[in-house]
Amino acid sequence: MAEISSSAAGPAPGRLTTADGIPLKTALAAAEARARRRALLLVLPLLLFILVTFVAPIGQMLHRSVYNPSFPQNMPATVAWIRDAPVGTAPDEAAFEALAADLRAADENKTAGVVGTRVNYEYPGSRSMFTKAARAADKITPPFRAAFEDLDSDWTDPELWQAMRATASAYTANFYLAALDRTRDVAGHVVQVEEDRQVYVKLFVRTLALSLLITVLTFFLAYPIAHLLATLPLRHSNLLMIFVLLPFWTSLLVRTTAWIVLLQSQGVVNNTLVASGLVADEARIQMIYNQTGTVVAMTHILLPFMVLPLYSVMRPINPSYVRAARSLGATSWTAFRRIYFPQTIPGIGAGALLVFILAVGYYITPALVGGSDGQLISNLIAFHMTKSLNWSMAAALAAILLAGVLVLYWLYDRLIGIDNLKLG
Amino acid sequence: MAVETGDAAFVVFDQVQKSYDGETLVVKDLNLAIGKGEFLTMLGPSGSGKTTCLMMLAGFETATHGEILLDGRPINNIPPHRRGIGMVFQSYALFPHMTVGENLSFPLEVRGLERTLRETKVKRALEMVQMGAFAGRRPAQLSGGQQQRIALARALVFEPDLVLMDEPLGALDKQLREHMQYEIKHLHENLGITVVYVTHDQSEALTMSDRVAVFNDGVIQQLASPQDLYERPENSFVAQFIGENNKLPAKILSRVGNDVTVELPDGSTGRANAVSCGGVGSATLLSIRPERIVVDPMDDTNATDATVRELIYLGDHIRCRLSVHGSEDFIVKVPNSSRKHLLTVGQRTRVGWAAEDARALGTQ
Repeated sequence: MAEISSSAAGPAPGRLTTADGIPLKTALAAAEARARRRALLLVLPLLLFILVTFVAPIGQMLHRSVYNPSFPQNMPATVAWIRDAPVGTAPDEAAFEALAADLRAADENKTAGVVGTRVNYEYPGSRSMFTKAARAADKITPPFRAAFEDLDSDWTDPELWQAMRATASAYTANFYLAALDRTRDVAGHVVQVEEDRQVYVKLFVRTLALSLLITVLTFFLAYPIAHLLATLPLRHSNLLMIFVLLPFWTSLLVRTTAWIVLLQSQGVVNNTLVASGLVADEARIQMIYNQTGTVVAMTHILLPFMVLPLYSVMRPINPSYVRAARSLGATSWTAFRRIYFPQTIPGIGAGALLVFILAVGYYITPALVGGSDGQLISNLIAFHMTKSLNWSMAAALAAILLAGVLVLYWLYDRLIGIDNLKLG
Repeated sequence: MAVETGDAAFVVFDQVQKSYDGETLVVKDLNLAIGKGEFLTMLGPSGSGKTTCLMMLAGFETATHGEILLDGRPINNIPPHRRGIGMVFQSYALFPHMTVGENLSFPLEVRGLERTLRETKVKRALEMVQMGAFAGRRPAQLSGGQQQRIALARALVFEPDLVLMDEPLGALDKQLREHMQYEIKHLHENLGITVVYVTHDQSEALTMSDRVAVFNDGVIQQLASPQDLYERPENSFVAQFIGENNKLPAKILSRVGNDVTVELPDGSTGRANAVSCGGVGSATLLSIRPERIVVDPMDDTNATDATVRELIYLGDHIRCRLSVHGSEDFIVKVPNSSRKHLLTVGQRTRVGWAAEDARALGTQ
């Protein structure tokens, strides 16, 4: 009887409670909350550090790739006219009046250069037009259209006005269009830029192709080395490991320069070939300052990133797996293909992903040994950051690169599974 | 000396030697003939060369000298995958990226069997080890004992005549190990295969084998049936390694046939059974099994004074450590029967043993 009454007083079946009658889930959450809070406190410094030094700058750069306020901030009257006029409207007297007013203000505030630079991204050669017109703004009198035409006949070019329209709003996708060798024509349609100005897509393709080539090369070089490392007795494998890691501990600059010494036309390799009579003196092979140089040097530099993940998956593979396969009737090739190789796939995936992502963003080595046709997209991003100061363009290129890498990462997760990634 | 290769010999080791470094021999002049359908166990401490012998038979190590014959054919130059020998590894070596079914199907696939035939054979092999419901599992989802069964089924699925087992039960707990011993023994009896089994566990060897080869230092010390091995060890290593054993140093006074009279260190004399001792006047080692010693003996042969030093209660018997003939480590197993002798530590008593239970072995 006592048993029945106690179960009747208890909660509905399926809802477990503690001895005090608190629901079990609540009690569990309360018990674990303390541990969770303490764990959070431990990672908080790192979290803040990453937010401040990593997430925030990247977010800001990504924002910059779609946001450039220099034109609308400094040319309010012109922007107002552009907003009222539909796309394709030829600039009328009112438009030039507004332009003249804005340029007068720009001359006083010394912002004509900023505005000119912004329009110049879309319409090359326009920066000097803006600075010249701003200097002469006081002398521009009605009729404005004729006055501007006197200064420079390009002021009435519909393409210039399309360019100003494109820059009139602070938020724009034009940098992305430009990064993909696209632009807007007078009517506002997206079109390809002229052939001699198409550089970015070609460079993206080259970057991906070279990175893929380097990944494949490092795989074929690293697989046997990693296998040797994993199967040699510890005494020998430690020595070999030091040889593999030696490049890791050497400065990137030293390693790259060493390749210049080896591969240049008066370098060690060419001199040896000429001395041995394999190559004529006047036909020295050009192995550096081109794509070959980039591929050779980067393959060497990125090799450890392939060897180490492979080694870390190969080391724990018990040799008895292959022995078992052999005893079950498999030839050594079948045993490798069916038993050994599949167990190394997580390492191959990790190594390939690591090498590929590093190669896609590589900068110093191609800059030093790439010559003109061995440059990668990161060299162009650096150019826009430091030389042309078109940060929005640099940000757009970097964002496309980032998106590409994330797509690859997603693909990897779908095909192999990210939890299979083994880095060490 | 070469082994007599009789008709029954299925596996023959003929003067096989093995060295890894060119300086020491791991296996010294091994001669061994294994009959078809026999269950032979290679028993020995680690480093005794037993696993090396198995690996040479499987083809993973090459013999430095000598010849190994399988069914009359020399196999030294046949690669492991063409020897058709099933093998069970200590670590089981189940392929982790394949399901149980795929693991079992692998040896059939590489032999080019067609799909339906493969499926029937895999099913039959799984049922043989009572694992029929587990074909879709991964090895990591199985317990140690289940993995062991799968490894066994995989070594048998392609119907080899010879199966090698390298300490296959080493990773299991005691109860499961004993259970699997019987299962392997029954499989061997039902299938009529030849099994070469390597272990360092003597009870495992005694339980399962037709014959046991005791290895030490690269040499077979004794090759005999489990009963002979236990009852009639030929040298002190075997006596010591198989079962428990009391050793008393002695000197031979006289010898008539196999009956010897020996003098023990304290000057008393006793009678023993000569096995591998020298002639009159030479030193010998008496080997007496603890369970063959009687407390309070009826007759006076080999009876002597003893002092109880330690008592350990083990359920089915009581283990007594006594001081006998100057030896402080003289062990006697007293059965836990209703008429048990109530010994106490420090008590003085008498113990004795039959002359044929005291085996006079050579000193080495």
